[in-house]
Amino acid sequence: MHPAPSVIAFTTLSGLGFGLLAFLGLGLPPVTGWVAFVFFALAYALAVGGLLASVAHLANPKNAIKAFSQWRSSWLSREGIAAVAALLVMAVFAIALIFFDVRLRLLGLLGAALCLTTVFTTSMIYTQLKTVPRWNMWTTPPVFLLHCLGGGALLAGQPRLAAVLLALLGAMMIWAWSEGDSKGRAGSTMETATGLGRIGKVRLLEPPHSGENYLLKEMAYQVGRKHALKLRILTISLGIVLPVALMLLVPVTHFTAIVAILAHLIGVFAGRWLFFAEAEHVQALYYGR
Amino acid sequence: MTSLPQTTEKKLGLVIDLDTCVGCQACVVSCKEWNTSNYGAPLSDVDAYGAEPHGTFLNRVHSFEAQPEAGCSQTVHFPKSCLHCEDAPCVTVCPTGASYKREEDGIVLVNEDDCMGCGLCAWSCPYGARELDEIFGVMKKCTLCVDRIYNENIPEEDRVPSCVRTCPSGARHFGDLGDPESDVSKLVAAREGFDLMPELGTKPVNKYLPPRLKDQPSQSALTPQHSDAKGLFAWLDKALEKL
Repeated sequence: MHPAPSVIAFTTLSGLGFGLLAFLGLGLPPVTGWVAFVFFALAYALAVGGLLASVAHLANPKNAIKAFSQWRSSWLSREGIAAVAALLVMAVFAIALIFFDVRLRLLGLLGAALCLTTVFTTSMIYTQLKTVPRWNMWTTPPVFLLHCLGGGALLAGQPRLAAVLLALLGAMMIWAWSEGDSKGRAGSTMETATGLGRIGKVRLLEPPHSGENYLLKEMAYQVGRKHALKLRILTISLGIVLPVALMLLVPVTHFTAIVAILAHLIGVFAGRWLFFAEAEHVQALYYGR
Repeated sequence: MTSLPQTTEKKLGLVIDLDTCVGCQACVVSCKEWNTSNYGAPLSDVDAYGAEPHGTFLNRVHSFEAQPEAGCSQTVHFPKSCLHCEDAPCVTVCPTGASYKREEDGIVLVNEDDCMGCGLCAWSCPYGARELDEIFGVMKKCTLCVDRIYNENIPEEDRVPSCVRTCPSGARHFGDLGDPESDVSKLVAAREGFDLMPELGTKPVNKYLPPRLKDQPSQSALTPQHSDAKGLFAWLDKALEKL
């Protein structure tokens, strides 16, 4: 699948933002006043920045407002509603905390739950697609949620919790990679795609067009698979091992925290790029890819 | 709108005969011509006269080669467009309600006034039947020529999809696949029509008819089967055999 920068930025940044918001809603860290303002500003910048980046990948954004209408059937619609609900509830919580020094605990809990719901709905957009077997796995929602919680804990200054969550995330990603590798295209082949398996082995003789098209650009992206192993090592070492080591083995200062967060962010970007780039779509079988 | 109807009154669709299709691309051209000037936004072309031309098409013809375990391979021309699935995943994933399946005839359509161009429906389609138009930013797909089949302003013989009307080899058939007594249903039954990628559970309405198997000549014409030469030629035959 085509790794669109806007979608990678959206899923990673908003995941981190909603993770931090969830921890703030739970009272971790128990900040008030201007310190709380800084934390909430960072969380909103990440969450809203990510959401705005996702609008950049729409070809016809003037109809984006209609995306709130189909929550009965569409995970993308549910995501939009959950995101707005989470941001609004957490805004009330943040205003009360920052300006009135009042901690509305129940509202904070509700907001945290909505933040996690938002990330879960994001993950389901990918998980639901039977056409992309590497995404259509039970591991996709836990990977997205652990990304959000692990990164959120790191940003919220919870070293031990962050270390545990990131270790879980690393394990889950490795599991998802190996399961995805063995799954391939889940039984779909050029023979089932064309129905010509009844004759024999099928190969593409002539593609329907000599140039590129939307289908090939969007769903037959091939660059990423070549570097999959290197990117996986990069993801685990920078996104998981380095931050976990920094959180557990050295005294946590602002400096180590910033290094850990930046390393994690680079690792997560690499991992999310790979999440798209190495995912194969069954329709590419019609092009022999 | 984006929930699928429980049942549809009709199941209008195409039956494509892979035995008869000659891969002439006439259906591709006629589809583009009709649909760029009628329903919804035009089907745009980008860099049409340049080095890298590309554009939006609702119907494309692939060519495959199927190699049996023994004997010659078989070339199969393979037209592909929206299959108007009964369990169309492209409909339920749509967040804006633009993508829908009609209760009256089962045609899957995009309401371009609602489409935001997110592309999720194209991701959910196993068949590559939806293309996002680069210039107009909306999702394009086969409409089964909904603006022809009910159109009383055109002669009756033209009230079929443009690709069907155009096909010079009679490889494309249109009708109600929900009615077991219709011509298309009988054709599918007689020729053992099949679904594409049935394992994905989309229940396509469009059916494909398999190519008939090639004859298997018992002996190749070029191999000498026996020699009844005499004299010099018999000796030559023997000598060459030994080499």
